[in-house]
Amino acid sequence: MSASTLLLVVLGLGLAGWLVARSRAVMFRRAASNNRIASLPNFHGWYAAIWIAVPAILFTIIWSPIADALVTQSVLAHPAAADLPAFGIARESILSEAQAVADGSANTVFNPMARELVEPFREALGKYRVIGFVVALIIAAVGGAIAFLRLRPDFRARNKVERTVLFVLLLASLVAIVTTLGIVASLVFETIRFFGMVSPIDFLFGTHWAPNPMSNPDNPDPSRYGAIPLFWGTLFIGAIIAMIVAIPIGMMSAIYLNQYAPARMRTWLKPALEVLAGVPTVVYGYFAALTVAPAIRDMALAIGVSNPSSESALAAGVVMGVMIIPFVSSMADDSITAVPQAMADGSLAMGATQNETIKRVLVPAALPGIVAGVMLAISRAIGETMIVVMAASFAANLSANPLDAMTTVTVQIVALLTGEGSFDHPATLAAFALGFVLFMVTLGLNFIALRVVKRFREAYE
Amino acid sequence: MSETLVPPAPAPLSAEEVPLGEPKMRARDVSVYYGEKQAINSVSIDVHTEHVSAFIGPSGCGKSTFLRALNRMNDTIPSARVQGQIELDGEDIYASGMDVVQLRARVGMVFQKPNPFPKSIYDNIAYGPRIHGIAEGKNELDAIVERSLIRAGLWEEVKDRLTDSGTALSGGQQQRLCIARAIAVDPEVILMDEPCSALDPIATAKIEELIDELRGSYAIVIVTHSMQQAARVSQRTAFFHLGTLVEYGSTSDIFTNPREVRTKDYITGRYG
Repeated sequence: MSASTLLLVVLGLGLAGWLVARSRAVMFRRAASNNRIASLPNFHGWYAAIWIAVPAILFTIIWSPIADALVTQSVLAHPAAADLPAFGIARESILSEAQAVADGSANTVFNPMARELVEPFREALGKYRVIGFVVALIIAAVGGAIAFLRLRPDFRARNKVERTVLFVLLLASLVAIVTTLGIVASLVFETIRFFGMVSPIDFLFGTHWAPNPMSNPDNPDPSRYGAIPLFWGTLFIGAIIAMIVAIPIGMMSAIYLNQYAPARMRTWLKPALEVLAGVPTVVYGYFAALTVAPAIRDMALAIGVSNPSSESALAAGVVMGVMIIPFVSSMADDSITAVPQAMADGSLAMGATQNETIKRVLVPAALPGIVAGVMLAISRAIGETMIVVMAASFAANLSANPLDAMTTVTVQIVALLTGEGSFDHPATLAAFALGFVLFMVTLGLNFIALRVVKRFREAYE
Repeated sequence: MSETLVPPAPAPLSAEEVPLGEPKMRARDVSVYYGEKQAINSVSIDVHTEHVSAFIGPSGCGKSTFLRALNRMNDTIPSARVQGQIELDGEDIYASGMDVVQLRARVGMVFQKPNPFPKSIYDNIAYGPRIHGIAEGKNELDAIVERSLIRAGLWEEVKDRLTDSGTALSGGQQQRLCIARAIAVDPEVILMDEPCSALDPIATAKIEELIDELRGSYAIVIVTHSMQQAARVSQRTAFFHLGTLVEYGSTSDIFTNPREVRTKDYITGRYG
């Protein structure tokens, strides 16, 4: 009698309720003088099914953590539990070992102490399961009774069912919001923990980044947690080099597609450009690491740079720029399309050439939208992880030379979280602080960009 | 619509006495196609300097299409095709040697909906002179802007806020700004495509007054839905129906003594 059996039983009851209620409604309809009742039989069916299944399932969901707590409590009350270690991992592992054997997910125990506890666990589990099962069935029965008592020819089951649908839709939209809030909360929580160990001033303004996950966690060296080189590397790769590549190429391709390309050219060129947006970033990553980076290194050698890095910021930035091109291009394309044709006509009718019209009227008019698109592109570029993990370096250099190795915030987050430090070591917690800063920056960029886009749209409506 | 005749143009019009002289623009057997569909069928018309010519007719009769053929704005529509001959001062504007850019500088256009650029009032007017290199130096450009705004009757209203955006003006002011923008490049012909249809009656009256004032220097062609407007502002009126030119003559003749039954039916409100 596991939870899934219970679920199946409840759903089965719901189905039965659906059928019964529906056939009752069909009988109502036959009896009605004009063959019409307030709601179609199906809605009566759904109404009954919802009343039977939903409260019972909700109860089951709420019950399972309560039952777990009650089980643990009753096991701890058992005399055999008196010898357990008072705290810590040892106690937890004995309990979970015993529980695993009791509910059948493991066969034997290693710890003899746990063996003593298997029987009490089994008893308690069985008891609370039966209780849960019975209560769920009672709730389903009561729900069904309520629903059936309400069924009448003039009962508006349809409206009630619609209200339920509305509620489900609301719930679905809340999931994303609640999840985001949860992510932010956990980020903030861990960030505060980190800032308890390393001061925000040292973190935000220090210029030396070398966290050591093997150091003593209780006494971190704040001078090793200066994140400026990471911020600089992120900006340099994502907001400078990538944009130097993406903005001109994206803009020019958008102008060509929007203004010059014949219809047939546009029909294949635009999808082809969008394919670029569909390439997995990991593919861009090894393209950057295996093709572009060595090529840039060779070129640097050829022009006489001594000892260039094979993981240059330039390689990662250029490839990231290429990744962003379709994004910039499609935002610019949309913005230019949003400028009313009357604007272009006005300019052409003055005797301006198409090029002058684009340069002096269309692009300036579309500029807010284009700027917003670029800001969204930057926020994507600085949050982008895979390309820089593969192509950028792990070395935190503060340098303005694009041929130097540099690292980014995202690379360091990956490095810190997949490293060997324990979870509450400041070197690991630093990843959350980095993530928090990154999140705030991209959130700010997106917020401003969306505001700009909105105002721009309003201007032409 | 009522059965009564539209009041005729306030006679006597001084322009009736201006001799027609050589036509500024001459269209002969002009047909316009959108893809397979024929929008204009063999229209011949002359447009004269110091005259306002009004094109009237029911919606979809092709009057705007024909207007746009006069400065080759139809070129911006890929499927549009023009046959026949249109001359400006005796020069075929569809000849391969014709520079469209130059043509449109000589044949300006004002649109149905005011379409100022999202730039300052000053930059809106200076747009044409700048791209055509008409003004030499800032002072000359300032003078052109001022003169154009004065001629468009907008100067007094905007002289203290030339740096404000043109889109911040009222609809009627925007349309006068567009007229000022068009005359800033000193065109010979001004085409107006229902210039008052988006405006309230007071703004409309101002534009009509302005058209009458501008008449002395330009050949003006105005497409209008309103027969009263045609009667008020024009000296010559062309009635279009289903892509053909039904009748073209002096405005007072068209409104008081039309030759064609269709013209009479239209101006008396029998259809359209």
